[in-house]
Amino acid sequence: MDDNAPLPPGLRIIVPLLLGGVMLALWQGLVWWLEVPKFVLPAPTLIAQSLYNDWGTLIVSLWITLRITLMAFVIALVCGVALAVLSAQSRLVEISIFPYAVMLQVTPVVAIAPLILIWVGLEHIDRALLILATIVAFFPILSNTTLGLKSVDHNLRDLFVLYGAGAGQRLRLLQLPTALPYLLAGMKISGGLALIGAVVAEFVAGSGTGAGLAWRIIESANRLNIPRMFAALILLSALGIVIFLLMAGLQTMLLRHWHESAVRRER
Amino acid sequence: MDAAEAPTQMPTRPLIDICGVAKTYSGGTHALQGIDLAVRQGEFLSLLGPSGCGKSTLLRLIAGLGEPSAGRIEWPSATYDAAGRPERSLGFVFQEPTLMPWATVFDNVFLPLRLAGQRRRAVALRVEEAIAQVGLGGFARAYPRQLSGGMRMRVSIARALVMHPKVLLMDEPFAALDEITRMRLNDDLLRLWQAGHWTVIFVTHSVYESAFLSSRIAVMGARPGRIAELIEVPAPYPRDEAFRTSAEYNEYCRRTSAALRATLPDAGALP
Repeated sequence: MDDNAPLPPGLRIIVPLLLGGVMLALWQGLVWWLEVPKFVLPAPTLIAQSLYNDWGTLIVSLWITLRITLMAFVIALVCGVALAVLSAQSRLVEISIFPYAVMLQVTPVVAIAPLILIWVGLEHIDRALLILATIVAFFPILSNTTLGLKSVDHNLRDLFVLYGAGAGQRLRLLQLPTALPYLLAGMKISGGLALIGAVVAEFVAGSGTGAGLAWRIIESANRLNIPRMFAALILLSALGIVIFLLMAGLQTMLLRHWHESAVRRER
Repeated sequence: MDAAEAPTQMPTRPLIDICGVAKTYSGGTHALQGIDLAVRQGEFLSLLGPSGCGKSTLLRLIAGLGEPSAGRIEWPSATYDAAGRPERSLGFVFQEPTLMPWATVFDNVFLPLRLAGQRRRAVALRVEEAIAQVGLGGFARAYPRQLSGGMRMRVSIARALVMHPKVLLMDEPFAALDEITRMRLNDDLLRLWQAGHWTVIFVTHSVYESAFLSSRIAVMGARPGRIAELIEVPAPYPRDEAFRTSAEYNEYCRRTSAALRATLPDAGALP
């Protein structure tokens, strides 16, 4: 079969759903057949039940995790773009900033957590979580935007010189639009990383004023409430998927007219 | 200015005066050496030569993109701005269309005016006019990727013309296009030039293109880049299909070709 042949519409949704259904049924059947204890592997129905019963607690935790993720993402976005723009204006700024950005990126966030915790104080764990998640989400935005700002077509740059464009005009009308596809690719990675950062930070630093999803998972594990642990996991991955889809949607929306990555081709 | 009415006539003062210009790159390459050339008001001048003869370099120097290592390029009739630079009033067309892919045809043509601080609403008519001038009326809202190579080049020409420049600099603009598209663009360019009374400096490596378009051809040689011969092509405009197939045109091609061959180091080994 030709791999490039167009698939009938809807198949992209139906086939994975079908596969998921089959796997769930298999899981349910095996757990029941082999009589697996629920603190080792709970049946899907039990997880669904837990999701339903603990919905009140879980939704609050979901909101707390989501809030940290979003705030970290926005701060990372603003700081990353600002620093990239700054370093695009001057090579000196670029070479002075970049090593430290890399250092921040390669140092495992788990290792910095205790230090951040001491700095912000144990009564402000939320701030520590936010800082840690931001550190994780920051780098892809910075490095992608920096690359994008540098990818300006040489002739277009000359054209701007010919018509006497100022630095502000060059940035706004030439460099930023050129960098947009790169920035969006960075945002797609960062969105996921912000969530990972928020969860890892909570594992390491503990919960703040309210317990996020990561704390629910630890707590459920301690109580051997495995169905609820699974329920929290499902919410986490659902959150990750929603973030990814939003970023992909934004990418398509902004690039569909002109960038190869988002343009639909008719064959 | 009466020179504009009769493009091939020699006015007293050249539009651009190029005196002893040389360009040496930091690697030690002598791109240009001892270039003397007076560009006349209203002429269609081709810079013809093999690759590496510095014709594009010369064009960029004229545009002010880079400074010559020696000699000077003067604009005797131009006014000078506060910083002492000549106000050149020129349009530049690159070898590639060099359009902003994220902007519509309108916004691409609007760009020079926008950079000059003009408001979109105030110059919309002027932009539409430039787009229509190159035969793209109705495509103002299209994006570059929706257009063919020839149409993109037309947008690029419209963008250069929207500022009503005195000089249009073109750097092998049609080299990447197919023969039929190139012939049509050549015809249209000549039509626009005759109507617009501006001066064209046109870089090409095609003998046939230069002989068809130009009122004068500067044949250049390589290593170092220099002007080997200036050939006048006094055939009257408008030039059309009849000229393209005439014995006269053939003769200009033959002479130009011979001059070009003479610049090559080993003339006998030419393929």
